[in-house]
Amino acid sequence: MTGRTRILAGLAVLILLAARGWAEFRFPMPEFESGYEQPELHTPLPGRTNDLVDAAVLAAALAIAAWLVLRRRSRPGVFTLTAFSLIYFGFWREGCVCPVGSLQNVAEAVLDPGVAVPAAIMWFFLLPLLFALFFGRVFCAAVCPLGAIQEVVAVRPVPVPRAADQVLRLIPYAYLGVTVLGVATGSGYLICRYDPFVGFFRQGASFNLVLAGGLLLVAGMFIGRPYCRYLCPYGVLLGWMSRFAKWPPRITPGECIQCALCTDACPYGAINEPTPDTPPEPRRQGVRRLAILLLLTPVIVAVGGATGLASHAVLARLHPTIRLAERIAAEDAGDFAEMTIESETFRASRTTTAELYEEARRVRADFKGKSAWLGAFLGLVIACRLIALAVVRKREDYEADRVACVACARCFPYCPVENKDAQVESQET
Amino acid sequence: MTSDPNRFPRRDFIRAAAALGVGGAVWKAAAPAGGATVWQIDPEKCVQCGQCATHCVLNPSAVKCVHSYEICGYCDLCGGYLQPGAKDRDTGAENELCPVSAIKRTYIEDPFFQYTIDEDLCVGCGKCVKGCALFGNGSLYLQVKQDLCVHCNECAIARACPADAFRRIPAEQGYLLKTRRQGGPAQE
Repeated sequence: MTGRTRILAGLAVLILLAARGWAEFRFPMPEFESGYEQPELHTPLPGRTNDLVDAAVLAAALAIAAWLVLRRRSRPGVFTLTAFSLIYFGFWREGCVCPVGSLQNVAEAVLDPGVAVPAAIMWFFLLPLLFALFFGRVFCAAVCPLGAIQEVVAVRPVPVPRAADQVLRLIPYAYLGVTVLGVATGSGYLICRYDPFVGFFRQGASFNLVLAGGLLLVAGMFIGRPYCRYLCPYGVLLGWMSRFAKWPPRITPGECIQCALCTDACPYGAINEPTPDTPPEPRRQGVRRLAILLLLTPVIVAVGGATGLASHAVLARLHPTIRLAERIAAEDAGDFAEMTIESETFRASRTTTAELYEEARRVRADFKGKSAWLGAFLGLVIACRLIALAVVRKREDYEADRVACVACARCFPYCPVENKDAQVESQET
Repeated sequence: MTSDPNRFPRRDFIRAAAALGVGGAVWKAAAPAGGATVWQIDPEKCVQCGQCATHCVLNPSAVKCVHSYEICGYCDLCGGYLQPGAKDRDTGAENELCPVSAIKRTYIEDPFFQYTIDEDLCVGCGKCVKGCALFGNGSLYLQVKQDLCVHCNECAIARACPADAFRRIPAEQGYLLKTRRQGGPAQE
């Protein structure tokens, strides 16, 4: 570029800028003679955005829940706290922000150093996990509003067959993986978008979401906590923590007498029976299966990664740019007679179709690697589940499953040992 | 299988590692200590599609029309107040563009009129914003009213916005207001 053209170009830009500035004001500001004064703009600042009060309530509720479950061992107490959480975190605070959704904010901040998480959201994310690390999933028991709304409708739970249960329990991992993928690629917060119960809390949502929430609640009458067990992505993290819980809830306060009454009490299939005295198969066979599974693990992970890579084009539709680009392409091909509000806005904007397609290509490329990671993660989850199923842990008593137990305290009053202790205690006093 | 006395130290170790891992990862995320943020509309990007009125989780929407008096032309023939081709320039309902009659027109001095938004009535449809942008100074525009907004983690309108006009801004800032300087004649 020569000096002259550069100056001309600079002038053109200046004129354009000036024209744009002037274009805002077709009419000059009037000069009033009557002493008129402009009214103040009404721009109130947010009343409560930092939600630190909510974080404090959350901490208190978690502490009370842990105390009720582990010290008082009181089902009525836990249920009362559940009702409080449903009203406070659910209907009063309208279910936002919740620890389940906060995992997206944290994931975004971890993946993108430019993004910061407000302190309150950080507490919402961390506190339930820390409590799970010590006391099991007391958050699920009595604090989570999503769990609470299902807890109150669980009237006639029937046991889910073990095989179906094991398969369905993989869905939360997929949900977690896809959510993190959505956050990593800038496609938005999927958990918030498809929160089935927030519509009830706010008394307003799209028809499909209210329908989904309603169906989940109806299902929840017969299948205990379907969202928590078979969908909740935060439950995956809580399970990782509660697996190593220091003082997890124990069914019996004393010695288990093997009466099996507690298994009837648990609506969530979270009680493991003692292993039979005679092994179901020769030890050699089990060891062989485990060895094969361990050898297969890298293969399963690789297959998962390849599957993820192959489905990156489908997953990329999570991103609004891809959806817009596909819509524009279809419209240009004459597939649609009408424009959507998005395509209309795009066509009215200064962005060209070529630029949009270029951006879509970039987004798809971004999805490629990340989808492969997602697939590998899911492959690893499946492999781990298979290995867990192949390993027989010796159990002598009925025990609450460390991962699946949501610490609802339903089994406590069913335990005869508990009742005997209570009777002795009442006689002593 | 490990024997029982071995099991508990291992659990303790894993627990400590998990606590460190979670804490560390989250600390890393929190390092640029973030303050609270709120959703707001960038008036420069807004295309007045009308979805603010329909997609907010609140009904009526937390998005309202804001009027920057300092850039208003106080026109008698106001593109934001009057319907195109209105019969008279007065406060008759048949002449008003606003579907809920949320704009109040008051005479100040010849030939100037002041337009005020009644926020209790405004539904955030953006019809007046479009009118003002087309024929006027653009002094009417949409903003999220922070006292009404429930601060969803992912704003339902932002998700539906075709112009990508929603973004998070620091809570203490609260609004993206149009001022005389910002939209005014080039400074240089």
